[in-house]
Amino acid sequence: MIEIKNLAKNFPGRDVLRDLSCRIEDGDTFSVIGPSGTGKSTFIKCIMRLLKPDAGRILVDGEDIASLDDEFEIARIRRNFGYLFQEGALFDSLTVFENVSFGLRYLTDIPREEYPRIVAEKLSLVGLEKVEHLKPAELSVGMKKRVALARAVAAGPKCILYDEPTTGLDPVTTEMVTDLIVSARDRLKVTSILVTHDVNLALRISSQVAMLDKGVFAAVEPPDRFIKSENPAIKEFLEISNAGHNGCGGQGRPGHAGRPGPGGRH
Amino acid sequence: MKHPVSSRVGGQVLGLAGELGAAALMLKSAVFWFFKSRLEVRETMKQSVKIGVDSLGVTALTSFFTGMVLALQTGHTSKNLFNEPLYIGTLVAFSMVKELGPVLTSIVVAGRAGAVVTAEIGTMRVTEQIDALYTLGTHPARYLLVPRYIAFLVTLPLLVVLADFIGTIGGFIIATTRLQVPSTVYWDDIFTFMDIADFMHGFLKTFAFAFMIATVSCHKGMTTKGGAEGVGKSTTEAVVTSMVLVMVIDYFISAVLVALGI
Repeated sequence: MIEIKNLAKNFPGRDVLRDLSCRIEDGDTFSVIGPSGTGKSTFIKCIMRLLKPDAGRILVDGEDIASLDDEFEIARIRRNFGYLFQEGALFDSLTVFENVSFGLRYLTDIPREEYPRIVAEKLSLVGLEKVEHLKPAELSVGMKKRVALARAVAAGPKCILYDEPTTGLDPVTTEMVTDLIVSARDRLKVTSILVTHDVNLALRISSQVAMLDKGVFAAVEPPDRFIKSENPAIKEFLEISNAGHNGCGGQGRPGHAGRPGPGGRH
Repeated sequence: MKHPVSSRVGGQVLGLAGELGAAALMLKSAVFWFFKSRLEVRETMKQSVKIGVDSLGVTALTSFFTGMVLALQTGHTSKNLFNEPLYIGTLVAFSMVKELGPVLTSIVVAGRAGAVVTAEIGTMRVTEQIDALYTLGTHPARYLLVPRYIAFLVTLPLLVVLADFIGTIGGFIIATTRLQVPSTVYWDDIFTFMDIADFMHGFLKTFAFAFMIATVSCHKGMTTKGGAEGVGKSTTEAVVTSMVLVMVIDYFISAVLVALGI
């Protein structure tokens, strides 16, 4: 279980996160939505301890990781998490096999002879095979995302953090990435934390949705209650998002094409 | 009211202090991980090839022509002054071993390998690959910095030895073919007047150059901001800073070594 209490993070001249609190149960899919630049990525980077919070507590199974300073302790905590970066962040100089097995070397004691089997298994989970020898430059955007997800789950994390997983993707690849997130959640039984400005994605697959506005959560609700929220910031964001989706011919609108609508669990 | 000149100078001084502080912290981190973790042997070998082996051709070419032009200029000046080319071997070898070998090779490596290192680390920074290293259980200082420091510190001195030798051979070819200096005279001039201390003078400086180039290249890469444009800017800054610092450090180390009698 992850519990966040009064989390705050400032950058010079700007209070990005002011007072965030939430509780994420094991197996939950927790989405943070909000416009660009509101601090969504800062939020998950604090959870991963890529950034040190200025105040507040982040309790992972009861242990406060916000105050840790020792690099080895922080590295130990990071073993609980897998992280899918917005652009994948695959290592350009390494092959797909080396990318996916990278974490196994540093995060686990699994013998090297096991790596090919694990890598093939994780690549199959994301629908790829026989790509181990390719370099990231030889992959399409969608394939990069899949390899990045395979890398994120390779060492068996308890929780996966997704940073804008569908941003900049075409509708087909967006669908594919959405399916991958759901599939990883269901097959690996992991907790998922997403930050996104894709309302459709958040409402479709989350058990809780939080709206980040001016450094605080305007609401943390299940999707069906979230869309009925009277909070002006949420209403405005949902209206703008829906208008945007409708303007694009309804692609990605919550509940379209046989997908569960707002509030529906995938 | 702020004075525009003092405000600008003050800003630049603060900026420089900030850069030096960040570089010192990066260095501290590299030293920490060098002693606290197992060496990334494969990455170190890869970097040694990129920094050292891949610089062989350009280093050889540069030093060969430097040796040739040294012999040519010295020979003609000597002929004009004394009617015969005197001490060509001595001058070429001394110049190569004490100054031109270390300095030119360091400049070549700073321009070629230093740029590669900054661009590579800078690209990793702006595409979140550095953050990815943290999430996958390793520290960038361990995986990126330590191998590059070792690669620079091992390969640059070897390149300098090679440059000294090739430069002297270049001088030999010109001395014997264009200036008609007998080959025995050329080599006698070298071995009569040169001893190991002369070689050490240049060789020891190389380690300082290698350390400085590694620090500047890695630091500029690690602090890159702003996408592809930022990578280009960092790379240019790294190359220019390294080249200037090679010259500056060269003078001060030479002064110390001369004072010590080396």
